[in-house]
Amino acid sequence: MLYVVISFLFLAIVLYFLLGGADFGAGIIELFTSEDNKSRTRKTSYQAIGPVWEANHMWLVIAVVIMFVGFPVIYSDMCTYLHIPLLIMLLGITARGTAFAFRNYDAIKGKKTQNFYNRIFVYSSFVTPLFLGIIAGSAISRQIDLHATDFLSAYIYGWFNLFSVSVGLFTVALSGYLAAIYLIGEADDDKDVLRFIRKAKLMNILAVIFGGFVFITADLEKVRLAYFIFGNPVSLVAVITASISLVILWVLINKGKRKIIRVFAAYQVTMILLAVGYMHFPYFIMIKDGQNLSLLTLHAPTKTIDTLGWGLFIGSFIILPSLFYLYYSFQKKDEII
Amino acid sequence: MNDFLAARSQMAISLGFHIIYSCIGMVMPMFMAVSHYKWIKTGDHVYKNITQAWSKGVAIFFATGAVSGTILSFELGLLWPKFMEHAGPIFGMPFSLEGVAFFVEAIALGFFLYGWNRFNKWFHWFTGVLVGVSGVVSGILVVSANSWMNSPSGFDYINGQYTNIDPIKAMFNSSWFSEALHMTLAAFMATGFAVAGIHALMIARKRNINFHTKAFKIAIVFGAIAAILQPFSGDISAKNAAKKQPAKLAAMESYFHTQPYSPLVVGGIPDTAAKRVKYGIEIPGLLSFLVNDNFKQPVNALDKIPVQNQPPIAVTHIAFEIMIAIGSVMMLIGILYFIALWKKRSWLNKRWFLNLFILSTPFGFIAVEAGWTVTEVGRQPWIIQGVMRTSEAVTPMPGIHYSFYLFTVVYFTLSVAVIFLLSRQIKMVPKLYNH
Ligand code: HDD
Ligand code: HEM
Ligand code: HEM
Repeated sequence: MLYVVISFLFLAIVLYFLLGGADFGAGIIELFTSEDNKSRTRKTSYQAIGPVWEANHMWLVIAVVIMFVGFPVIYSDMCTYLHIPLLIMLLGITARGTAFAFRNYDAIKGKKTQNFYNRIFVYSSFVTPLFLGIIAGSAISRQIDLHATDFLSAYIYGWFNLFSVSVGLFTVALSGYLAAIYLIGEADDDKDVLRFIRKAKLMNILAVIFGGFVFITADLEKVRLAYFIFGNPVSLVAVITASISLVILWVLINKGKRKIIRVFAAYQVTMILLAVGYMHFPYFIMIKDGQNLSLLTLHAPTKTIDTLGWGLFIGSFIILPSLFYLYYSFQKKDEII
Repeated sequence: MNDFLAARSQMAISLGFHIIYSCIGMVMPMFMAVSHYKWIKTGDHVYKNITQAWSKGVAIFFATGAVSGTILSFELGLLWPKFMEHAGPIFGMPFSLEGVAFFVEAIALGFFLYGWNRFNKWFHWFTGVLVGVSGVVSGILVVSANSWMNSPSGFDYINGQYTNIDPIKAMFNSSWFSEALHMTLAAFMATGFAVAGIHALMIARKRNINFHTKAFKIAIVFGAIAAILQPFSGDISAKNAAKKQPAKLAAMESYFHTQPYSPLVVGGIPDTAAKRVKYGIEIPGLLSFLVNDNFKQPVNALDKIPVQNQPPIAVTHIAFEIMIAIGSVMMLIGILYFIALWKKRSWLNKRWFLNLFILSTPFGFIAVEAGWTVTEVGRQPWIIQGVMRTSEAVTPMPGIHYSFYLFTVVYFTLSVAVIFLLSRQIKMVPKLYNH
């Protein structure tokens, strides 16, 4: 059962990156859109994420719940030593979710208030994945020091370092990229399609640049990233197939295939997460003195893991089909049933 | 402010805020489902307008409920890491099931809010019902986690070790039923009276009277029924507290000295130094009766509990009094409503009658906050009753008061924003729904 629970944990994290990430990405795209086109981008992204953002957001909640029920020690160390970035991420989530709801449900669409909501929405869409990435980066950066005695090394340097920040920026670019690819398929007219393709290219280039940063800073901070990725066959295959699918994706875009490309983009991001996840498994957080926090040893007692596993298993029979049906129904533009 | 106090205050303000949104999130979908049903059955457009107007409000509340809930699920670890380290595996089961319930709720909400004119009308109606049902289920589940903190079970605590963990037993701890029942009724009362109060105000101002009268009726029927049942459920809660948490019960009642024919003290201000209540009215024997079902048998008082295990008495007592006072008033108003409905139809349009409901708009929510203060403050100094002290659970990170200030500002801003948006919704009712 332990492996079932761990699989659900990774599933929730990957899906939150993919779906929640794309939602944040929509805000990032809006941030990088010229004033004239902003309202068109907003409209398209509203159609795309309006019905599903609450559901997408739930993957984060599921991941957290699995953490504190199944791996309470890891959860509580993470909450202690990454308190500050978690706090900022939470503020980002709050600002973004409420601004999104407010701008759509304000009964009087005043210019000033709408501008205000929009501004909060786009900035928090940027900050949240940045800190999500910083947290993910810190988990593998070996900078967290469980024996630190002063404030800075205990609560700041663990996450405020070049490597983690690079991973943060990389995450922002990936989110934007996912969103742009997604919006290409949602746009109603050719001009918008071209606009989103340009955005996807931009984000793709940024992702490559920040990805480069991640490797360089990893080297500077002595995170053995390259060694880990290229040192084991699974990660290596993941990275290579991700790169190949990137090429296929651009060929398909040029051929005007607007929906299938999503699969490839999702595949790339999943493979990146898989490569990183696999190379560190079973460690969830790598800490300074090398006593890494392992999912295989620091789990809850067996009885809890079993119940949790069954709960997730049965729950997924309810959730996954209905979730699928939700996406399916809002993909089709006209009435169904 | 020291870090420990700051952490407690931050937890209190976060939950105090979240509870309002979650009450509305559980109950409003039920109201909507009723009015939606009436629309489908009667074809009366007013009901459709009510449903849609309410659903806009629900979307706003739901978004705020979802983000404040997410904050909470991290806050448990951010503020109480040692608590979560041990309690997570034991009381986590309801949280994981709650995760499933939230998911169902979020999916159903997506269908409901964006599904107008897209789906079969009964399917669409059903998704609305599902939002409400899963909301109530998640409320019950999370309260069962809280009741575990009040009456921990499902594990053995030996030499500081938590062994023999049984998450299912922990979930169905001996307080879960009384707390879940009381909380669910409270949510219906609070939301029902608040919504009814707002519509009563609009009726009094002669705005869209037909619309507001129909909306008022749906909300108040739910609210009034819950208000009439609530004192009975409160009695169950009190009996349970007497059994599981005698210190809490004694603090609630400000009952200092154990004696036969234990009195119930109504009102008054506890003087903890002198160990007595000033200005209160004592009714001899009533506490014994409420707890033990006979007037004579003594109830244990604070003198039986070591000082270091006593909760703050004044806060617990006053919060309890507020809850009881409001509960009694709301029950009377509820009864009055049914009298009007069945016997005195003419009252329904009288100004004094409407004023009564306008006045009671915030009552339910005040009682909810007071009730939680009783539960939580009354459990102190324990975070897990009798097992772990709150002070042992707090995060080692210094500077928590900054995050407390920050969250206070955030929640305050959000509340203002939500009130602002709702008032704009209400203002637009004549324009948007006048056909
Ligand atoms: C509309 C709100 C409301 C109203 C009118 C009442 N309550 Fe209440 N009460 C709550 C809302 C609430 C609550 C916020 O929902 C609590 C906090 C935890 C819980 O389960 O319910 C609560 C807790 C609570 C507790 C503490 C339980 C515990 O900690 O174990 C007791 C003893 C009572 N209530 C008793 C009563 C009585 C005798 C009432 C008679 C009128 C009453 N309540 C009215
Ligand atoms: C939503 C309604 C709730 C409100 C208004 C509320 C209110 C409060 C208050 C006032 C405190 C501070 C008590 C003190 O320090 O004197 C507190 C503490 C706390 N509450 Fe609640 N509470 C609620 C529900 C819950 C639930 C459902 C849980 C968990 C499942 C919970 C967990 C805690 C924890 C962990 C603390 C900190 C430790 C402690 O003070 O015991 N609360 N809450
Ligand atoms: C008495 C206390 C509580 C009650 C009755 C309650 C109930 C609810 C309900 C009904 C919702 C649905 C959202 C809505 O409709 O607005 C909700 C949302 C949420 N709650 Fe609470 N809750 C309580 C305390 C807590 C605590 C202590 C936590 C965390 C540990 C928590 C975590 C969440 C989360 C993550 C959400 C968002 C889920 C979503 O998007 O639907 N809640 N809560």
